[in-house]
Amino acid sequence: MEDLFTDTFLTALIAGGVLAAMPLLFAGLGELISEQAGVLNVGLEGMMLAGAYGGFVVAIESDSIWLGLGAGTVVGALVSLVMVVFCVRMKLDQIVIGIGIVLVAEGLTSLLFDARYAASRPRLPAAPEWSVPGLSELPVLGESIFKQHPIVYIGVALVIAAHYMLRRTSVGLSLRAAGDKPAALDAAGVNVDATRTWATIAAGLGAGLGGAYLSVIAAGTFTPFMTQGQGFIAIVIAMLARGTAPWTIVGSLLFGLSLSVATALQLIGIDIQTDYVQMLPFVVVIVVLVLFARRSYLPSALGLPYVRGER
Amino acid sequence: MKALAARASDTVVAVLVPAILALVATGLLLVILDRDPLTFYGDMLDRGLLDWPGFQESVIRMSPLLLIAAGLIIAFRASLWNLGADGQFLLGAAFAAGLAPSFVGTLGSTLTLIAVMAIAAAVGALWTVIPAVLRARYGVNEIITTLMTSFIGIAVANVLVKGPFRTDTGGVARTDTLPLDDRLPLLGDTQINAGIIIAVVAILAVHFVMTRTSLGLRLRVLGENPRAAEHAGLHTRRLIVLAFMASGALIGLAGAVEILGIWGSFRADFNPAFGLIVIPLVFLARLNAIGAGLLVAAFAVIQIGGESAARKSEVSSDILLALVGLILLFMAVTEWLRARRRARPPLITPGLAEAVGAGTAPRDDTRPAQPGVPTG
Repeated sequence: MEDLFTDTFLTALIAGGVLAAMPLLFAGLGELISEQAGVLNVGLEGMMLAGAYGGFVVAIESDSIWLGLGAGTVVGALVSLVMVVFCVRMKLDQIVIGIGIVLVAEGLTSLLFDARYAASRPRLPAAPEWSVPGLSELPVLGESIFKQHPIVYIGVALVIAAHYMLRRTSVGLSLRAAGDKPAALDAAGVNVDATRTWATIAAGLGAGLGGAYLSVIAAGTFTPFMTQGQGFIAIVIAMLARGTAPWTIVGSLLFGLSLSVATALQLIGIDIQTDYVQMLPFVVVIVVLVLFARRSYLPSALGLPYVRGER
Repeated sequence: MKALAARASDTVVAVLVPAILALVATGLLLVILDRDPLTFYGDMLDRGLLDWPGFQESVIRMSPLLLIAAGLIIAFRASLWNLGADGQFLLGAAFAAGLAPSFVGTLGSTLTLIAVMAIAAAVGALWTVIPAVLRARYGVNEIITTLMTSFIGIAVANVLVKGPFRTDTGGVARTDTLPLDDRLPLLGDTQINAGIIIAVVAILAVHFVMTRTSLGLRLRVLGENPRAAEHAGLHTRRLIVLAFMASGALIGLAGAVEILGIWGSFRADFNPAFGLIVIPLVFLARLNAIGAGLLVAAFAVIQIGGESAARKSEVSSDILLALVGLILLFMAVTEWLRARRRARPPLITPGLAEAVGAGTAPRDDTRPAQPGVPTG
């Protein structure tokens, strides 16, 4: 057991954890914004998959990782427009539409990949890392945290920006009002539907970028159903963050680390069944909820379409 | 009589129009991929419905789906989001597959089937206890907890199958196989097993309980308006736990029926992910058990027929996911158009919508009865 905390193990664990956490972070952050505005985006998984496929296709065809990431983000946002039209504008049920989006995205991406790339199975070159000058010289942490693709640092910056936006700006206030008391927002003369539209698109952007990261940077290729429920985990992360954006970092690292711990253990010769490891974060969260059972403070109008004057 | 006929034709329109639109959209997709949509749909109908072996397969597929639908209806009617069907289903299946082969020697075939199904139902029910109690006592949002217990349940099922329930014969991790003669009996000369009878009885029973008994009424009151239920003196906490456990029990039973009727053993990483498909079907039927049963039947035909058609047309069978997803989206739109024409009961009960938003404990006076609704 003494080898457990060797540098190799820790470096692999943390680096792998950060890598696995990023898609969850982007998608979770987007979902957090949309939940704050009262839109429960169950379609997140579908938006991630669409972003992963779109990002992969563009990255392959253009030979550019950045174009791939950008395209994935845009594709995620385009899919979220379905949610906007059906749920925000037409006030249809968010869960039915969300699941519909997931199914269509799963079917469509798998079908298109199968038809276009299944025979050749192209792979993208490994994404270049970017070392933070000075800090990357640190033992363990330098190798694992400060030597990642620049998008990782962009992710952290986005969280801070989102936190500031939600807490310190009038846009953030409107967003939260759209989720908590849309009638009050309406009475104050702010367009509830427009506010919710932007929040839903934000979720699409986040999920699309997260998905593109998954295919373009983490895996270097696309495989059907590659998100494997990460969209739903991101929903859980967003709900547990309860409106405080920095908590999405904690949440996604918790899940990311437990996804990478199995690989890291194998590096030092310990074989552990991945099933145990995979359920670890969920067990942790459930135990926390049981021990400190309390209200999950969610926006009170979450999941409810807003219709002016309707009881 | 006239009104009844009008209602029936109305329902037919509500189902047929979106189905046709989705078929056209998916057909365009097939054309883009250089396949003939008419051949595809012809094969699908042939294999899923008209061809006798295919029809039997469709009926067999219906059994677990109907049981899951029955379970979900109980929870959703009580406005409890049980989104953990996959975990409950797989745990029921894992226990059924793990225990049945070893029970057969001592109990004999019939008793084994009964015992194993009871155990699977109990396991499914127990798996909902944590979310149920957290929701009932502390108002912890059950969307989070059921999703998480679902992921845990999937992992635990695999741990069991790769560990204590693993067969000694080597190869891929799997349980022992239940001999064909000891599985659910077949109906007459067909390949259809008795699971379909269990499933149909279950969904009819749920329909009866929800619409004709006081328990059903209490659950619906809880679902429509949790605060009214509280004021009427209902034991809301007990009802929440009861509804959750009944829901989990039926879904666990679905897992047992799938194993005892079809597979006979549980392979590691088996997960048909039925939960995600059945949830929207149940909603589109407006939580009506009979309507949900019909939609499930149609879905089974599409799935069985489509798998074969996809093989013949050499496209990925995942095209069916797109087709079903599109049917859902178009159905929701049709519903919206119809609702605009005349006031109809909403697709989703107000209490359920409220539950998503709040996850409130039954006794909560800090929130208005109708969040987000202007008073004017």
